[in-house]
Amino acid sequence: MDKERILALMTQAIIEGDQTEAVRLAQEALSLRLDPTEVIERGYVPGIQKVGELWEKGDYFLPELITSAEAMKAAMAVLDPELKRGIYATKSMGKIVIGTVEGDIHDIGKNIVASMLQASGFEVYDLGADVKLEKFWQKAEEVQADVIGLSALLTTTMVGQKRFLEMLAERQLTGRFKVIVGGAPVTAEWAQRIGADGYAENAVAAVRLVKELLSQKTGRKTP
Amino acid sequence: MISPCLRPKVTLLSEELVDKIIAEGLALMDKVGLLVENAAARKLLQDAGARVEERSQRVYFPQSLVEACLKTAPAKVFLFDRQGEKSFTVGEDEVHFNPGSAAVTILDSKSRVLRPPVTADLVNFIRLTELMSHLDFQSTSLISSDVPQAMADSYRLFICLQYSSKPIVTGTFRVESFEVMKDLLVAVRGNEEQLRQKPLAIFDACPSPPLKWSHLTSQSLIDAARLGQPSELISMGLTGATSPVTITGTLVQHVAENLSGLVITQLAKPGAPVIFGGSPASFDMRKGTTPMGAMETMMIDMASAQIGKRLGLPTHAYMALSDSKTLDYQAGIETTAGAILAALAGVNVVSGPGMLAFESAQSLEKLVIDDAVCGQAQRLIQGIAQRDEPMALSIFEKEGPLPNFLTLAHTRQWYRKEHTYFPLIDRDSYDAWVAAGQKDLAQRAKETVENLLASQPPNLLPEKKRKELRAIMEREAKRHGLSQLPLKEEV
Repeated sequence: MDKERILALMTQAIIEGDQTEAVRLAQEALSLRLDPTEVIERGYVPGIQKVGELWEKGDYFLPELITSAEAMKAAMAVLDPELKRGIYATKSMGKIVIGTVEGDIHDIGKNIVASMLQASGFEVYDLGADVKLEKFWQKAEEVQADVIGLSALLTTTMVGQKRFLEMLAERQLTGRFKVIVGGAPVTAEWAQRIGADGYAENAVAAVRLVKELLSQKTGRKTP
Repeated sequence: MISPCLRPKVTLLSEELVDKIIAEGLALMDKVGLLVENAAARKLLQDAGARVEERSQRVYFPQSLVEACLKTAPAKVFLFDRQGEKSFTVGEDEVHFNPGSAAVTILDSKSRVLRPPVTADLVNFIRLTELMSHLDFQSTSLISSDVPQAMADSYRLFICLQYSSKPIVTGTFRVESFEVMKDLLVAVRGNEEQLRQKPLAIFDACPSPPLKWSHLTSQSLIDAARLGQPSELISMGLTGATSPVTITGTLVQHVAENLSGLVITQLAKPGAPVIFGGSPASFDMRKGTTPMGAMETMMIDMASAQIGKRLGLPTHAYMALSDSKTLDYQAGIETTAGAILAALAGVNVVSGPGMLAFESAQSLEKLVIDDAVCGQAQRLIQGIAQRDEPMALSIFEKEGPLPNFLTLAHTRQWYRKEHTYFPLIDRDSYDAWVAAGQKDLAQRAKETVENLLASQPPNLLPEKKRKELRAIMEREAKRHGLSQLPLKEEV
C-alpha cells in the first residue's frame, strides 16, 4: 500500500473512532519504516482536527469525541517508542499538568479535556481528582510544564482555583506557567477575575485555547 | 350506587420487565458486588453472610440476604411535624412534594443572577416553604455560604427547625455532623425515644455510581437507622457516563445500588424505615451535563418508582424541577411535566420544587409558582369522582331545562371540591390583565414572595427550645472557629 493511501486511512480511522484500525495502521507504518512524525502530522492529526470540527458543528457528541481521542492515543502509543529513539525530527507541542482541585471528586469533564489534549499531541500529566493544590505546581516544576489546568465542578471547590493562583503569586511563580481553569460552575468572567490565563467552554475549545496560549508564549506557530 | 373514584396512574414497564430488572439487579449485587468504604458497614454485611473482600472493600450480596432484608423493611414510613401532632404517611400512592435539597446557589430576586446563598436566604426560603400548602415537607434546601463548610449541613437543619413545623428532608456532608443533627432533632422532640416514635427528618444517602457506597453515606444509613429516622436511597446513575446508557441498564444498576443500601439499614436495625429513591439522569452527550428536566430522566424516575412499589417499598424521586437558569418557559415545561408524571407514577416523596440548573440552584419565586404546579398535580391524581346519583338528571328535573347554575345549592356544594383556584396563575380577561399592569408570572411571583414574607409572621419554635438549639449550634460553630452564628436570635 502506498504512503498516501495509508495516511488517508489513518485520518479516516480517527474520524471513525476505530481504535483497532488506527493501531494496525501505526504498526504497518512502522514496518514500512515511514517517518513517524510525518505519519502523525499528515495521517492522524488531520483526523482529530476533523473530529473537532464535527464536534463544533454539532454532528459529533461526547461518545464520538472520546472514542476518536482514545483511538488517537492508542495509535500514538504505538509510534511513541520509535519517536523516542530520536532519529526523527520531533517537536513537542507542549506539556500540560491537569487535575480536579482538592475537595472535588468529579473527573468526567477533566478526563475529556485531558483526553482531547493528549490526542492533539500534547504531553498530558493527569493528576486525577481531589488533588492538593501544591501537587499541581510541584508536578509542573518537575516536568517543566507549559500549562496547568485546574478543574472544579462545585462552587465550593472552585475557590481552590483562586487559591492556586494566589499560591503561585506567593511563590513568585506567576507567569511561569500558563494557568487555565474549567468546570461546570466556572465562567470566563471568573477566570479573568482570579487572574487565570484562560478558560474554555468545552474540550475542543480547550485544545484551541492551549494552542493559542503556547503560540503566545513561544511565538511559535503551532498547527 | 356511587362508583368508586379511579386513581389515575401511569406505569411504563410491563410487570415482566420489572421482575427481570429486579432479578438482574440482584445478580449484579451477587456477582459483581459493590464497593463499601465503611468498615462498620462491611462488618455488618460480613456477619450477615455477605462475602467481603477486605483488601478491595468489595462486598458480594447473596440473594437470600437481600430478600431477608426486603422482608424486614417496612412498606410505609411515617413522619410527624415539629409539634409531633400531624402525621404523614410515606407509602402506597400518597404523593408529598418538597423543595429540592442542597442548592449551592440562589436566583437573586433583583439581579436575576445565580449567587451563593447566605443565612437570610435560607430563612426566607424555609419560611416560604412553610406557607406553601402543596409542599408537605421542608428540605434543607440551600447551603449557606456564610458558615464554615464543615458545619453547613447541620446549620441548614438548625434553621429549618427554627422556622418551620414541616418534616424535613436532609442529609449529612460529613460523618461527624450526624451527632449534631441528632442533638438538634432530639432537642425538638424532647428525648430520643420520642424522636424514634415520631420521626421528624428523612436522611438522604447517595451511593456513588457505579456500585459504590462511600464512607460518609454508608455511615449515614447506619446512624439514621439506629435513630429511627428514614433513609432515602438516592441512586443517581448518569446514562452512558456513570451507568449503562440504556434506560433498563441504568435501572438494573439503580436496583443494585439502592438495595445494597437497604440491606445496610436493615442490618443496622431490622425494620428501619427506608425509602427507595433516586436522582438518576439522562446524561447529555453534547454538553456533558445532567439534565433533570429531560423526558428520559423522568422516565427512569417513573420506572424506579414502579420497581420500588413492586419491592413493597416507599418511593422517592427528584422530579418537578428544571435545568433552566431563569424563570422562563423551559422552567415551566420541565417542572410541570415532572410534577404531573411523578404524581401519576405515585412517587411518595417528590423532591424538586423551586429548583433550577441541574439541582444546583433554588429560587424563592419559582418555589411559589411550583406550589401551584404541585397543587394541580395533586388535583389531577384525585381523579374524577362521582359526587352524586344521579349526576345531572335530578337537577334538570327539579330546575327545568335552563337552570341558573350559578345560584344552585349543588354548585355551592361542589365547586370548591371539583375545581381548584391558584391566585398566581393568570385567568384574568385581557383588559383586566392590562389594567393590573401587564405582569408576567415571574413578576407576580416576585410580588407574592415579598407580600408573604412581609405579612406572614414566621412559625417559630417555642423560645425555650430555640435557646436549646442555639446552644447546640453555637457549640458546633466554636468548634469550627466561628465566634458568632450569622443567624440572629428572634425576639
